[in-house]
Amino acid sequence: MNPFTAVTDAPVPLPLDNVDTDQIIPASFLKVVDREGLADGLFHGWRTRPDGTPHPDFALHHPRHRGSRILLVGDNFGCGSSREHAPWALQAWGFKAILGRGFADIFLGNAHRNGLLTVTLPPDRHADLLEWVTREPAAQVTVDLEAKKVVFPDGSTVLFEIDPFARHCMLNGLDPFGHLLEQLPAIEAFEARRGPGLQPGGGEPRRIS
Amino acid sequence: MQAPKTLFEKVWDRHLVSEPPDPGLPSVLYIDLHLIHEVTSPQAFTELEKRGLTVRRPSRTIATMDHSTPTEPEFSMGRLRVLDPMGAGQLDRLRENCSRHGITLHTVSSPDNGIVHVMGPEQGLTQPGMTVVCGDSHTSTHGAFGALAFGIGTSEVGQVLATQALLMNKPKTLAVRVEGVLGEGLTAKDLILGVIADIGVDGGTGHVIEYTGSAIRALDMEGRMTVCNMSIEAGSRAGMIAPDEVTFSYLESLNGSPRGDVWNAALEDWRGLPTDAGASYDRLVTVDVGSLEPMVTYGTNPGMAIPVSGAIPEADALEPREREAFLKALRYMDLEPGAPIRGRPVQVVFLGSCTNSRLSDLRAAAGLLKGRRIASGVRMLVVPGSQRVKRAAEAEGLDRIFTDAGAEWRAPGCSMCLAMNQDRLAPGEYALSTSNRNFEGRQGPGGRTFLGSPLTAAASAVTGTVTDPREMAL
Repeated sequence: MNPFTAVTDAPVPLPLDNVDTDQIIPASFLKVVDREGLADGLFHGWRTRPDGTPHPDFALHHPRHRGSRILLVGDNFGCGSSREHAPWALQAWGFKAILGRGFADIFLGNAHRNGLLTVTLPPDRHADLLEWVTREPAAQVTVDLEAKKVVFPDGSTVLFEIDPFARHCMLNGLDPFGHLLEQLPAIEAFEARRGPGLQPGGGEPRRIS
Repeated sequence: MQAPKTLFEKVWDRHLVSEPPDPGLPSVLYIDLHLIHEVTSPQAFTELEKRGLTVRRPSRTIATMDHSTPTEPEFSMGRLRVLDPMGAGQLDRLRENCSRHGITLHTVSSPDNGIVHVMGPEQGLTQPGMTVVCGDSHTSTHGAFGALAFGIGTSEVGQVLATQALLMNKPKTLAVRVEGVLGEGLTAKDLILGVIADIGVDGGTGHVIEYTGSAIRALDMEGRMTVCNMSIEAGSRAGMIAPDEVTFSYLESLNGSPRGDVWNAALEDWRGLPTDAGASYDRLVTVDVGSLEPMVTYGTNPGMAIPVSGAIPEADALEPREREAFLKALRYMDLEPGAPIRGRPVQVVFLGSCTNSRLSDLRAAAGLLKGRRIASGVRMLVVPGSQRVKRAAEAEGLDRIFTDAGAEWRAPGCSMCLAMNQDRLAPGEYALSTSNRNFEGRQGPGGRTFLGSPLTAAASAVTGTVTDPREMAL
């Protein structure tokens, strides 16, 4: 993972509430055994017409938003399925940070584990930012993970909270997997302390049937 | 004396590998049971291999094929190949990965194959007090046994394979107390749709739900699984129900459950799991289902549900910022604000999914369909949740009731719930579906979903329109 400190761009507005992961990446794009083709699948149902051609009105296609690394969403973004393909697809498109009113739990964890920053803004500041973006689409904001703040186009700032471990990993480009592997001695000790514990299916050995 | 604890806290505490040395670090939680399937596991195994790691406790991971497997009856007999080469590639990869790492896999030709959240519980894999994870958001289903069960991403699948543990921040607790007696013709599905409509699709975000109250106690295990299954549709990764005599007698009937002294010791342990008197939750909501009607969704998220006799809300009744999403949903569904839902035509009825494909679901629908025919022009797919469910249903003759009524009796799988195989809606079609999500395009691009109970599905198949099952003699 690459370290993330800050990003500055004009945000792409997609401010609907309850955008589910089936919209972010439809199930038909989940048949890969790697991460190929996920950018093509991003918001596929909204981004493309039934004949497969791009929908010119969709925010991600607007020329002024081309290359923007910041997405501005509504509340409960990423609800529904646990598919990690959702943050993978957003990253494959080029997004580094998502600003919103709220995020679904599984999506948020998946995003952070991949170094995709989510920032929950207070409702009033979220509304302010949306107004800015509507009025002045080229206006830039800075999302600063180091300082835990978002700098608005007028220079005003909003501080945000984020899980300290996720922040630490993102700032330093660390994968949390490494931290978990360091816990293996403690996991061994836990198993020894507990004994066999509950075994799936009563502990009978099973193999491919 | 120990401070009183909730069910969740008891299960959490007993799986805590170590307290984080620093409050800024996540806890390490031990995982008892890990379920995997073809769609969300391949990249996890690749990651393992890239890091030179192995599967640490292969006996604690069980695999099934379900998401993209065909449900043509011939398929499970091995006579039909998976039509889609990418789907077939995922199944092949799962077979290779399980074989290489010594993981039990229930392939489509196995007598124990089924949807991951149907086959796990019915084999006795899920037990009270366990931690259960799977790369699938409906893992919350297993919470019906008093397990802490939740969906994880593919990176976490790799982490569990490698360590049998996960990094977690402790969630908050939300008690959803459900009181009242469900009326005739109502099911656990109506109950949970009512709860979600009440608390909202993000009402449980950041929380583990514990369902309590007389209406929950009155449900059988399959009904409880239906309720916990849809916890994620209210934003909660996990929903739990304290184990009781209903749980224990269900478990005792399963082949996979412990026996003898091991069973007695387990039982004693499980009896200590329910929330202590005096324990407190971060939040508590109470829902009364005494006057609940069969619930049906009209929109594009599971919280957009109304009583079957009710009308779609008027846009004016909503907060201004909610209106846009509401109107977008109705445009997608091609429905008008204020219109009744009852009587809307449906072209497809889907009885299946990890929410409602167990034997009691099939019995309920078959009970209504017996001696009746589904409306002409309606296609009804009945997709049992597992091979075990399929065999049990056939032993009772339920398959004949469905086929005599004009429905299709299919092989197990996730099927039209998420349309990863050939079972899907055509653009513009309406379905009454017993599954869990009515998201845009979920059941096929352009397809439109009304969620409802197995009884509502069966009644709607007979009339070809959204129908209150209580209008038909049950």
